[in-house]
Amino acid sequence: MILGYAGKFLEVDLSTKNIRETTFREEILKDYVGGRGLAAKVLWDRLGTEWETVDPLGPRNILTFFTGPLTGFFPGGRICVSGKSPQSNGVVGSTVGGEFGVELRCAGYDGIIVTGEAKDPSYLFIKDSEVEIRDAGHVWGKDAKQTVRLLTHECRELLKKRFSSYGEFKEPAILYVGPAGERKVRTAVVAAKWTHAAGYGGYGAVMGAKRLKAVVAKGTGPLPEVADIRKVKRLIKAVCDNFYEFELWRRWGTGSAGYEVGARLSSEPVRNWQDEWHNEKSFGVDQFENRVWIKQLWSDFGCPTCCLKIAMVKTGKFKGAITDNPDYELQAYLGPNLGIFTPEENVFLASLIDDLGLCGIQTGNVLGFAAELFQRGILTEKDLDGIALEWGDAEAFAALTRKIALREGIGDLLAEGTYRAALKIGKTKNLDLLRYAVQSKGISIGAHGLRSGEDFAQIISYACSVQGGDHTSAAALPLDASGSELFAIFNDSAVCCWFNTAGLRRRTRFDFYTAITGLELTPEEWCKPKALRILQLQRAMLLLAGPDLKWNPKIHDANPNRFYEPLSKGPYEGKAPQETKVEKDKKQYYKEAGWDENGIPRSETLRRLGLQDVDKTLDKLRN
Amino acid sequence: MTTKKEPIWIARELSRCSGCRKCEIACSLSHEKRIWPEASRIRVFMLVPGVEFPHFCAQCRDYPCVQACPSKALSTSKRTGAVLVKPSKCTACGLCIDVCPGRIPHLHPSENHVLICDLCRGNPQCVKVCREGGWNVLKKVPRTNRTYELYARKPEETTRDLAIKMYGEKAREFL
Repeated sequence: MILGYAGKFLEVDLSTKNIRETTFREEILKDYVGGRGLAAKVLWDRLGTEWETVDPLGPRNILTFFTGPLTGFFPGGRICVSGKSPQSNGVVGSTVGGEFGVELRCAGYDGIIVTGEAKDPSYLFIKDSEVEIRDAGHVWGKDAKQTVRLLTHECRELLKKRFSSYGEFKEPAILYVGPAGERKVRTAVVAAKWTHAAGYGGYGAVMGAKRLKAVVAKGTGPLPEVADIRKVKRLIKAVCDNFYEFELWRRWGTGSAGYEVGARLSSEPVRNWQDEWHNEKSFGVDQFENRVWIKQLWSDFGCPTCCLKIAMVKTGKFKGAITDNPDYELQAYLGPNLGIFTPEENVFLASLIDDLGLCGIQTGNVLGFAAELFQRGILTEKDLDGIALEWGDAEAFAALTRKIALREGIGDLLAEGTYRAALKIGKTKNLDLLRYAVQSKGISIGAHGLRSGEDFAQIISYACSVQGGDHTSAAALPLDASGSELFAIFNDSAVCCWFNTAGLRRRTRFDFYTAITGLELTPEEWCKPKALRILQLQRAMLLLAGPDLKWNPKIHDANPNRFYEPLSKGPYEGKAPQETKVEKDKKQYYKEAGWDENGIPRSETLRRLGLQDVDKTLDKLRN
Repeated sequence: MTTKKEPIWIARELSRCSGCRKCEIACSLSHEKRIWPEASRIRVFMLVPGVEFPHFCAQCRDYPCVQACPSKALSTSKRTGAVLVKPSKCTACGLCIDVCPGRIPHLHPSENHVLICDLCRGNPQCVKVCREGGWNVLKKVPRTNRTYELYARKPEETTRDLAIKMYGEKAREFL
């Protein structure tokens, strides 16, 4: 057995209620590591040949919760949620912070594979090797905060009853869905604590479709044995010392960016990306810090950085709203993107998004899209069930958000996410509405624009990513650049926090891997062949797509139209990428990734990587 | 400042705790040579998100746990004032847990004895990491104050107090 792994995975079939333990061969763990990479492998092996027929919201989809060897050791605990994505019809590795991955590994499991579909609302309860499927009828319909409260109480009571002499049990860790996930809203998240979320991919909808309200874990064992614990300790200290001194994130998290990314970088969504620049000092982090932050240092397991702060509105109309910072993404998407520029309104909307179990990015994007259609008179107040969706009206956006989460009226259409909503509304209005949809292959783009050229996103970052608009998995040239998708694949497969790798040498996370597993791995060996192999699997499944939507690289490996409209104001007024340059970079990316001129992985690329079966299956796309 | 001979105490400013659990990591690495949160003598509770705090021995002046132990597995360190557990004598009967006003001791997850903070012979590793990170929840001080033992409270009680301090009336919805 490779060191650094608990050595076992749980496999739970919700249809038959069968629970069993499973393992993977060492070579598979060496090549695919864990998290996103291993999820891609499992999904391909089990569903690859029939991929395009699998409905992500049907019982055939497979949902994975995988840790990696770095989980629990690398500061900042995370776990990777994956499956066939109801947003892209491909595979997205979607990670979420918190203690769940640590609890799971301490319970003796590296991950969970969930298949089938429960008949009634259920949750999975794991206490070390005791695993059971329990009734979730009483928590179905509950919001985030009540779900966490009820399950924490219930599971601690169970533990107390079963292990009465143990002493006080700490809370178990919980991954759950809110009302939006239960209703298979495609912008629903898998959440942890109250505010943490695996957002990209839409796996909240997959949990909901499987009627799996939550997974609860309490592990009382140690983290797995490692190859060199002294080296691991030294590496942990190196990461922590780096971040203890990093004033920007420790003090503000990404909370300063709500002002800064707009004002300085000019790459923040403003009114559905009609602008990317704003200079609204009312949205400055000083205002968040001084008015709404009630806990400024808030960590997940082992984390030195505290990029999340707890915010609470103490007075006025939105009194009692609680969320984290909001972090930059939710500041942007539920702030300037909706014409909102005050901390209290932003906290109010983020709190609502948390409570309903929605993704702030994907839902913020579809809210902005709807508001632009209202601005243009394409959607009327009547279409919006009586909501006048004016920019800056937080309560109007809240009303629409509730409708999306509950799939009521117009909310049912918007719950499909921006891309599908644009197609459906466009069809009824007989208009091309994709020009207002800021997304890539069904996944709305993170709040980092590329027009100014000042932010980290390159002009092909979203067009070529195997995870569409996911800003945490942006494609880059050269293919093996430190900020490229191949390194995102490492973060999501070894399962470590992307943020806590910032400012470190490129090698450090690989040193962790070696100290933990005892296996040598250099960044170069990672890029080729390991990460490249995972990239091909994800690309293959993305292109095979699903029953409702397919992607043609010629059309869909593209920036949204909006990104070609020159920035209308600010220091970078007039800037937009040149389409010819995008096409040139795209070609170069295809070449470096080993894809043909149509964007399909080449036979020789796949065969060199040992993916003969993928090659065979992709023949149907080549003809 | 403390001198070597004085009993010490780990002063705790609970509402500053970030929930980073570095104290659990340091404690279990020091005592068990593994990262093992449940085998840590100091444990961070988070019964309500945002309300994280370390729960560990407060060294009561009358040591009810030591008095209650039927197998003489518990004693006190004259030098530091810590409660010391002799694993070979402990039967894991749980009496010390029941008499502790804070229900602070808990059983070792895989061995047959109870876990109580031993103050690391006067050099507590949890304090070290907490101060390294500038969290400053924990601080080593001389054990002079009777008030210290009031910190031996049940996790639910501490949670209620901190949650109300943090979230006000709203906390009642989360408890």
